[in-house]
Amino acid sequence: MAATIAAFEPPAPPRRLFRRPVHPTGLWGWFTTVDHKRIGLLYTATAFAFFILGGIEALIIRLQLGGPNGHVVSADTYNQIFTMHGTTMIFLVVMPLSAGLANYLVPLMIGARDVAFPRLNALGYWVFVIGGLFLYSSFLFGHAPNGGWFGYAPNTEKAFNPAHNIDYWVFGLQIVGIASLTGAINLIVTIINMRAPGMSLMRMPIFVWMTFIAQFLLLFAIPVITVALFELMFDRLFGANFFNVQAGADPLLWQHLFWIFGHPEVYILILPAMGIVSEVLPVFTRRPLFGYPVMVFSGIAIAFMGWGVWAHHMFATGLGPVAKSAFALSTMFIAVPTGVKIFNWMATMAGGKIRLKAPFLFAAGFVTMFTIGGLSGVTHAIVPADTQQTDTYYIVAHFHYVLFGGSIFGLFAGAHYWWPKWAGRMLSDTLGKLQFWLMFIGFNMTFGPFHILGLQGMPRRIYRYPSGRGWDFWNLISTIGAFIIALSVLVFIINILKSRRGPLVGEDPWDARTLEWTTPNPPPEYNFAEMPIVTSRDELWHRKYIEGPDGRPVRREPERIEPVEPAEPAEPAEPRLEPARLEVGDGNGSSASTNLPPPAEEVAREEHEGESVADAAHEDEHGHIHMPSPSYYPLLVAVGLPIIAYGLMYKTWFVAVIGALITVASVYGWALEPATEPEEPIDMSAPEPEPEPEPEPDQPELEPAGS
Amino acid sequence: MAVTEAQAAGTGQHPEQGLSHPVTSTGLSNEKIAMWAFLGSECLLFGALISTYLLYRGRSVAGPFPHDVYDIPYTSVSSFVLLMSSLTMVLALAAMQRRDQRRMRVWLVTTALLGATFIGGQVYEFTVFYRAGLSLHQNLFGSSFFVLTGFHGAHVTIGILMLLSLFTISAKGRLADNRVETVELIGLYWHFVDVVWIVIFTMVYLIPGVK
Amino acid sequence: MSSTTHDEAFSSPDAAMESPEPGVEEHYPDEWQYIKVALILFAITMAEVGIYYISGAERAIISLMAVMMIAKFTLVALYFMHLRFDSKLFRRLFVTGIILAVAVYLIALSSLHVFQR
Repeated sequence: MAATIAAFEPPAPPRRLFRRPVHPTGLWGWFTTVDHKRIGLLYTATAFAFFILGGIEALIIRLQLGGPNGHVVSADTYNQIFTMHGTTMIFLVVMPLSAGLANYLVPLMIGARDVAFPRLNALGYWVFVIGGLFLYSSFLFGHAPNGGWFGYAPNTEKAFNPAHNIDYWVFGLQIVGIASLTGAINLIVTIINMRAPGMSLMRMPIFVWMTFIAQFLLLFAIPVITVALFELMFDRLFGANFFNVQAGADPLLWQHLFWIFGHPEVYILILPAMGIVSEVLPVFTRRPLFGYPVMVFSGIAIAFMGWGVWAHHMFATGLGPVAKSAFALSTMFIAVPTGVKIFNWMATMAGGKIRLKAPFLFAAGFVTMFTIGGLSGVTHAIVPADTQQTDTYYIVAHFHYVLFGGSIFGLFAGAHYWWPKWAGRMLSDTLGKLQFWLMFIGFNMTFGPFHILGLQGMPRRIYRYPSGRGWDFWNLISTIGAFIIALSVLVFIINILKSRRGPLVGEDPWDARTLEWTTPNPPPEYNFAEMPIVTSRDELWHRKYIEGPDGRPVRREPERIEPVEPAEPAEPAEPRLEPARLEVGDGNGSSASTNLPPPAEEVAREEHEGESVADAAHEDEHGHIHMPSPSYYPLLVAVGLPIIAYGLMYKTWFVAVIGALITVASVYGWALEPATEPEEPIDMSAPEPEPEPEPEPDQPELEPAGS
Repeated sequence: MAVTEAQAAGTGQHPEQGLSHPVTSTGLSNEKIAMWAFLGSECLLFGALISTYLLYRGRSVAGPFPHDVYDIPYTSVSSFVLLMSSLTMVLALAAMQRRDQRRMRVWLVTTALLGATFIGGQVYEFTVFYRAGLSLHQNLFGSSFFVLTGFHGAHVTIGILMLLSLFTISAKGRLADNRVETVELIGLYWHFVDVVWIVIFTMVYLIPGVK
Repeated sequence: MSSTTHDEAFSSPDAAMESPEPGVEEHYPDEWQYIKVALILFAITMAEVGIYYISGAERAIISLMAVMMIAKFTLVALYFMHLRFDSKLFRRLFVTGIILAVAVYLIALSSLHVFQR
């Protein structure tokens, strides 16, 4: 709603609650930033921190189940731990990691300077992080959510769960849902409307496509769970009867609403990872993605059919034969577009000149592990078999193969691939490979045995099991595997820390294919000094290579491949061709360290001499690029939300009112301040005139996000 | 688009301010696409609430039941008031398109007043129902009815706030004549709230009472 | 940079979405059209309330009410919300939401046997 009235005139005298932040640097700059790259890094770093938390919870689970009659935690604590593990990994890890990557990369990949609504973007991040902290604050009060990640009502009703555990879950997910919804709207508008000239839909990188599709799923799925949570909230706080069976309520209502959201959610989690893998594989096989249009349309088909399969989560509830058959069929059908994607990835790899770098290993690991997870998924479509598998470790095995073997492997492929983009430095490939093999072995040791345990009948969510059921051995293997995964994550962290002293890279360390690699690493705040013009899919590749007579790629215009002196004016007509950085294809990036991109001011001044097409609105006659101004309000709007939640939960109404006032006042402040302060252009032709303590806003010395 | 001529008219503003939106791939404004995406999303929100109501129709184990409390002539009048507020909203937009802000403000206030009349009617209706023994806690009908219509009422209230804010800004002379789209976007939200009520009026009030 | 590149970009497969549709605003209806639409809406509402009091023929009345509801909804969306005059993109976004909502909730409700009562 704030966006609706966001376009007013600035008040004639700037009478405001606060002085607007003026491109602040340092820590405060991160709190007020509206730069999509900084927000993307914040998302990624925060989600990685939650990944560590969720991982620790997983280790506690595995310690408890490592042997029979485990006594590490009590049954009550165990319930809280596994609920928070699932909730964290889905809502606070995989979704925001995908959102973070999309935030950082989508504008760069489509040739835009920022997302469509920069402040809404900041709001999404702050709401997410505050919602996550709110969920975790439940541990401080000893009432962490304990109803499983799908919180089945009526089990989560006040009558059966009288403490505040579920209240934290209900409010936490509603808050995080706001972040997903604003993020989805923002990315959808960005992709529809902010593409560079020539970047038609069918020229977009496949990661942008998969993000686009996933955001549509979010747009339409989030309101469904919002209503379910809202009804549960009314039951718990105000004694409504939505899930009160004694009043005649239908206990299946929750399951339907939850899974109408929940199954699209599965594709929200996997589609971005599929997009990442579809970007990584072509770069490391030096072939274009096999069947690009088919990949796009199978993504759309998956998303579309994803709305018609939700009841396969409910086969054990007595849906009746017609509904069961229909949903069994649709579930089997959805394997078809998924299978198409797998074959296309294999066809991309087949016959390619494969470079066995860490990103490729993770991408290949994704394809294999996701295939296993997909196959066990198809077995759930068979109703009699599923009745046997429901609520056993077989299900746990399946969704860890698609969510960990799929999403997390894909996200790590992306992390290794785009790290030089974010940090300007390479990660060690040796450590990356070590991490991959540890993770690959640990992952299969942990979750492979779950198939066997599940078929042997070990139920989910039990906190303890007796000896002598044949479960002891495989549980022990699984626990050892979990610690190997933890070790592999440790290797990743060490890799990040070591990379901070690594050499700087040039523009295109991987010999990549897409537009984001035409910008310096890391990119300046305005991304593109001049808006790119796109003429083909795999734009960067076609700028570098032409097809030789034998059909092999030949490097275009070899005389251009010479270092460009930083002070030399670049050719204005084809500014993107800066070939000096193109020859660094070995992935080390070390040889590129001499070819640093010229300072941002210089680029801007040079490039301004060239023609500018689509950015007339952004540049005035003095060579300024107007970027959106930072703002306090997204953070303030977000701060009010958990206060409302605490007030409602603990029935201290004045607290809720205070929270609501903070949020509403901030929304008004937001609406009344212009997105871009007219007097605040980033002046690139002169040093920053502000008397700020650290006047270096254009050379972002971004810290690696993971630290 | 709505603003191109206004832009050409040249308001003497900074270029960024004169444009309602920067050059975009589709030529459409970001805000309008966002608003339509948001409204598409809202369909699933209200759909879930209406479905809950339909699921629990006739399943309450204790009274009062819908036919005990509904007053169809009364609700018809308040539905009609909301429907007419959509007319005054488009008239406000038409005035804004003619750069007639004075008349636009008249229509905006009329719209807000009609909306407030609707909300007042709803508050009165809730009070009557509550006195008749219907509450959130009483039965399934109470839960699903109050949450659905209350949720809709909250949307109308937010709409009234936006209308009054827009009125205030225009009255203070701070609304540039080229901000047609701001009026249009608030209008879109307002009409959406109206069409949702069209559905609620039929599905929740009329159809359950058909004999 | 050349105009050909630019044109090429805008005549790509998603031409429907790309078309800038200039001057759309001029086709927005004038006040009289708005008032006419409002009169029709008023008439339908009167008819709805009128047939509510007819007893018997329950199924026919319910179907008639559903038709009138859809008619009112469509009129407001097409004229007051300008979907008839605006870019197809807006229509697609909104209609996707409506169709998805109707489809999934109908399936869910019928699997809960709501329509067999």
